Amino acid sequence: MTLASMARKYEPRQVAQTKVATSAMIASLAAEGYDTVSAPFGEALVNLAKKDERIVGLSADLSKYTDLHVFANAMPERFYQMGMAEQVLFSAAAGLAREGFIPFATTYAVFASRRAYDFIAMAIAEENLPVKVVCALPGLTTGYGPSHQATEDLAIFRGLPNMVIIDPCDADDVAGMVPAMVAHDGPVYARLLRGKVPSVLTRHKPDYRFELGRAQMIRDGRDVLVISSGIMTMRALDAAAQLAADNVDVAVLHVPTIKPLDVATIAAEAGRGGRLVVTAENHTVNGGLGEAVAKELLLAGIAPKFRMIGLPDAFLEAGALPTLHEMYGLSVAKVAAQIKGWL
Amino acid sequence: MTVENRAIARSNMTLEMRAWNIRRKALLMGEVQGQGYIGQALGVADVLATSYFHALDYRSEDPEWEGRDRFLLSIGHYAIALYAALMEAGILPEAELETYGMDDSRMPMSGMASYTPGMEITGGSLGQGLGIAVGMAMGLKRKKNPAFVYNLMSDGELGEGSTWEAVMSATQWKLDNLICIVDFNNQQADGPSRDALAVGPEAPKWQAFGWHAQEVDGNDLDALVAAFDTARNLPEAKPRVIICNTKMCKGVDFLEAREMSHFVRVDADEWAMALDKLEEGKPQ
Repeated sequence: MTLASMARKYEPRQVAQTKVATSAMIASLAAEGYDTVSAPFGEALVNLAKKDERIVGLSADLSKYTDLHVFANAMPERFYQMGMAEQVLFSAAAGLAREGFIPFATTYAVFASRRAYDFIAMAIAEENLPVKVVCALPGLTTGYGPSHQATEDLAIFRGLPNMVIIDPCDADDVAGMVPAMVAHDGPVYARLLRGKVPSVLTRHKPDYRFELGRAQMIRDGRDVLVISSGIMTMRALDAAAQLAADNVDVAVLHVPTIKPLDVATIAAEAGRGGRLVVTAENHTVNGGLGEAVAKELLLAGIAPKFRMIGLPDAFLEAGALPTLHEMYGLSVAKVAAQIKGWL
Repeated sequence: MTVENRAIARSNMTLEMRAWNIRRKALLMGEVQGQGYIGQALGVADVLATSYFHALDYRSEDPEWEGRDRFLLSIGHYAIALYAALMEAGILPEAELETYGMDDSRMPMSGMASYTPGMEITGGSLGQGLGIAVGMAMGLKRKKNPAFVYNLMSDGELGEGSTWEAVMSATQWKLDNLICIVDFNNQQADGPSRDALAVGPEAPKWQAFGWHAQEVDGNDLDALVAAFDTARNLPEAKPRVIICNTKMCKGVDFLEAREMSHFVRVDADEWAMALDKLEEGKPQ
């Protein structure tokens, strides 16, 4: 064998006739018909911090892109700009927690889960310190390609003892999870939706309030039970509305807390019988919500017809976010079509 | 600052005697398990004696006392050495010495905060201590607590990129309450540290990153006392590092002479010989 550099082949690619502009780093989530709330995380944190002097904020050069700049502008003396250095971001957050503070440390999900994992594991989780890891660009929420698409963050953090994991659906969840994170005396990993975030859940269920560790039925249905987290609950609700027109009655159980999982509610709903059970997550089908639900149902002896909607076991393409959601099955139309195909 | 605490601690026993006691306790623990990072413990004993019996403020009966100087063992592998120092300082009961490394012991082979009084952090995943120290130093300043944070790390940890993130961060936040101690014994797992990565020149590197840096013979107690005093009393608003050049196995000549390795092998019958050798060098 001789040594040669790896041969790459750049095949010409057909560009679609109707071009969709390549998305910005953080594309707004396509969610038609919903009102939006601006920076729900930053606003909620400021409100809470006014009453709780233990709260401090840190970011690794991404405060503007994680809505932490709202906090930094409101309380500059309680904000630490840590520079582009995720390892010291999380170890310093651990140190501040040791001294009695409740640090909210923000970056992108790829950098927390991949680059800084050992620091979150050993400096924070092993000692059960109340550091709140809040990360933008979860799953497939940017068209920038694998360097920014955290398609396996839930799988990574699900393996970490002590870590509580939140995958919010909308502005209501994001605003609601912040006080719950402070009230929980331990580490939390929260996926973040930032910028103009749609308000979805209270539109479908006016009395909805985020509760840590609790799954909640947003709408009931006779034919299909979708068990979903994050933005896929939004997609499932919209798909359910479409399917209703075809006389398919879809229930949507929203599971914003991935760990600890609300096993009792999930088992009770899945055990009602006769319904197709579909998990839906903005994450690889490996190691996320779908596998977690499958495990619990199997252990409980509940065996419905079971299907998973999620991202493939692959590094995803770059492109416009709506194109990618269509391509990988996360769009409303694709969710509806997949469910219909399984009936 | 309760300077009296330190003065009292110093008054009844010399630092030389404290260092000797730390070496002896470490050897006794090594004998219990038949293993341990004894070469490093013997090498760093003078640094620990200076830390616990000259520099640090603490209350033996209350290891969590809010006013204490924090001492972080980034290099969890050195637990045997810190246990010896904590026993000598009265923070850990000496009666537990024989439990070292045993099931259910409060003194596991690698240092962990949840096991041991006086062990501030869980070290061992190398290159994490200094970053945690940065956060604690920030937190102390926020609380207007005048305590210092000491972080003891090894030369091998200079190879971790996270160390240098923390080094820059400490300068950025003007952490003049942070003192980093580098135990430079030039010995890491696969051989001499200087053969593994271009870690030198050590002091100029830290200085270029904005730190006050001193390099001392880490087995010279007078030099250590002077260096710690300088680091504590420096008026400049910058973090401080003391690079301590130490000799592995210091104080037990037949081990000192042995071909150096990261995990010094001591045969079963040699622990008693090592203790005898140490006895010969007992301070008068």
